[in-house]
Amino acid sequence: MAATLLTGNVAAAWGARLARVDYIPAFPITPQTEIIETLGGWLDGGVMEGRMVTLESEHSMLTAAGAAAATGVRVFSATSSQGLLHAMEMIYTVAGWRAPFVLVNVSRGLSAPITLEADHNDVLAARDSGFLQIHCADCQEVVDSVLMAYRLAEDPAVRLPVMVNLDGFYLSFTREPVTLPDPAAANEFLPPFDPGMIRFAASAPESQAVAVLGGSPYSYFRYETHLAAQHAVTVYSGIAAEFRARFGRDRGVVETYRCDDAEVVFYMIGSFATKAREAVDRLRDAGQRVGLLRPRLLRPYPADIIADALQGVQGVAVIDQNLSVGQGGVLHTELCAALYGRPQAPAVLASFIGGLGGREITPEEFYQMAAVTREAVATGKTPPPRLLYTEDELREIRKLQSIALVERDETSPTRERQQHTGGGDEA
Amino acid sequence: MASRVLGTALFRSGFTVQDAPKYGAERRGAPIFSTVRAARATAEGDTIKERGVIHRPDLVVVADDTLLAVPAAGTLQGVTAATVVLVNSRETAETWRHRLNLAATLLILPATEEARDRAELPHIGATCAGAAACLLGVIEPAALEAAIGEELASLGTEVVASNRDNALAAFDAMTAHRGLVVEGTAVSATDYIPPSWIELPVDDASIAAPDIRAIANSVQVRTGLWRTLRPVIDYDRCGKCWWICSSLCPDSAIAVEQDIPVIDYDHCKGCMICVGVCPPHAIGSVPEYLAQQQEQQANTPGEDDGSDPADR
Repeated sequence: MAATLLTGNVAAAWGARLARVDYIPAFPITPQTEIIETLGGWLDGGVMEGRMVTLESEHSMLTAAGAAAATGVRVFSATSSQGLLHAMEMIYTVAGWRAPFVLVNVSRGLSAPITLEADHNDVLAARDSGFLQIHCADCQEVVDSVLMAYRLAEDPAVRLPVMVNLDGFYLSFTREPVTLPDPAAANEFLPPFDPGMIRFAASAPESQAVAVLGGSPYSYFRYETHLAAQHAVTVYSGIAAEFRARFGRDRGVVETYRCDDAEVVFYMIGSFATKAREAVDRLRDAGQRVGLLRPRLLRPYPADIIADALQGVQGVAVIDQNLSVGQGGVLHTELCAALYGRPQAPAVLASFIGGLGGREITPEEFYQMAAVTREAVATGKTPPPRLLYTEDELREIRKLQSIALVERDETSPTRERQQHTGGGDEA
Repeated sequence: MASRVLGTALFRSGFTVQDAPKYGAERRGAPIFSTVRAARATAEGDTIKERGVIHRPDLVVVADDTLLAVPAAGTLQGVTAATVVLVNSRETAETWRHRLNLAATLLILPATEEARDRAELPHIGATCAGAAACLLGVIEPAALEAAIGEELASLGTEVVASNRDNALAAFDAMTAHRGLVVEGTAVSATDYIPPSWIELPVDDASIAAPDIRAIANSVQVRTGLWRTLRPVIDYDRCGKCWWICSSLCPDSAIAVEQDIPVIDYDHCKGCMICVGVCPPHAIGSVPEYLAQQQEQQANTPGEDDGSDPADR
């Protein structure tokens, strides 16, 4: 099939359409809304079968999604940012039900301060829930990943909900050429959902989630979820091999871009990794042995596959588009945990925080991160974590703060004048 | 819409493309940006690696020249001597060169004097796309026409036809500069200016929390700059009902002073809701640029031609 220009949101909707989903509980939120609008239009126009119900909140939406999946129908839903957090209680609950369905998250920074642009703190807030996570870097990957996510979720040995993540604006509203899988081929790759024992029904009461008192049964059920999630690495690898054979596109557990013989590797997730690909090409042109390692599957965490991919690499520049406040970058923390104690692990894991709230990462910054990491390898000294933030950016903040100070003093005569203690001249 | 038309026209001309809009929480009247990347399609496929903001644009099209004065709009970000900047304006290229002092090549896409109401504005997207297509030099008019047909199909044949006419006219108007835009090169990985990264200082929470401590500071944001049409109250017809226009103004930009409604033009975005709801039809609409010309003439003794802008 020829490529057409599609946004990431429309690609996600096509994933649901090609998966022939039965039920779509929905609630709008920027930058996700185009997904449910697109599906709503198709349902209205009769080109797609299924039912869409708009709920009164994301919490209810996730409840409806889990409950419907527990009846054995194929369920799709989508959210973003604050919506995902509003649903968080049910995110954990439906994963505990072992309800298999697919939720697309369009990543957007979390409040406060409120923003609209891409940042992974929303999806990473769900990392411990039992939802599996696939992270996309381009629009083609979005439609491919939704189809693969159903295979993974519905695998009897996994039976867990799967989240497919794409970045707000960078993918959600960006049109680019996407080759849609032929519907017949999609049907063969993803046959109708065989729910097996999943058959929750109003007419035949059974309990979907028992209450357990005492830690022993609780430990059993939680750890079984964990084991199923870990097993999903193997299941996913099989699905990716089949996808490649059928559609010719490599959707492996991790993307390794020019990692062979690399001394320094960028390690990051999501669409900003496409900037790293470009930087890798330019650095290679300049004779530097640099590559990119991008986990697509982040839950389960594919520790062994990542460690294998980093064999022989001397320094890793970990770029976190998230911030665990009071700790640092989540990807960096997890990579350190995964590699600690392994022989031949890279000597340097340098931490960079970049792209928070959609803040750009420039080509020069990628070059510089490679240079800093190379330098660290040479000296054997790992640099402290680095926020990608320039003198000019702080200068702009200081300007806004001075305006705020003047406004406060001028417009709030009753407020006691406060000393400006922040060192506004430091920039 | 301009970016979608340009993107589709490039795609139809054998390029692989990305087009993307970027906007904030505000809708009507707020600045909106969009970007288009294009590269010759090859057998390898993924010839455009990076996504997101374009750091060094080869071509910048400014559809509304008032945005050049809005710092937050950042219309000239990343512009270099190699960039072509096309401004839709009633002013001359000389005027803008003088005002902006840019190293870039600056061209004017003449704003049409006839565009006096909002119904004409939708063509600005097609007009900008048409002019840009010509400047790029790699899009034939047929591809531009097909792209407009594809992107606007759902709006009906009349809308498609009028947009096509505007786009082709803009394409023709740029003929002298066809192919002026040249593809820039990637930033070198060996010879580059390193980013001026700094350590963020630990600031006191009194300034480091994202609080707004000043009262009523949204007044400082002059959203009236977004207006393309100006509502003007004819006080002879005004029924002094004192509440309809002021209550229904979504921006609270109409105050009642001594039983008379007064429009705050610093914050009126020109949505024209007041024009629609006024029972005695006392509020008319005037194209903003004409209203401003009128004001300037009124402020310059002896040069007022005396005509009513609404009658021109």
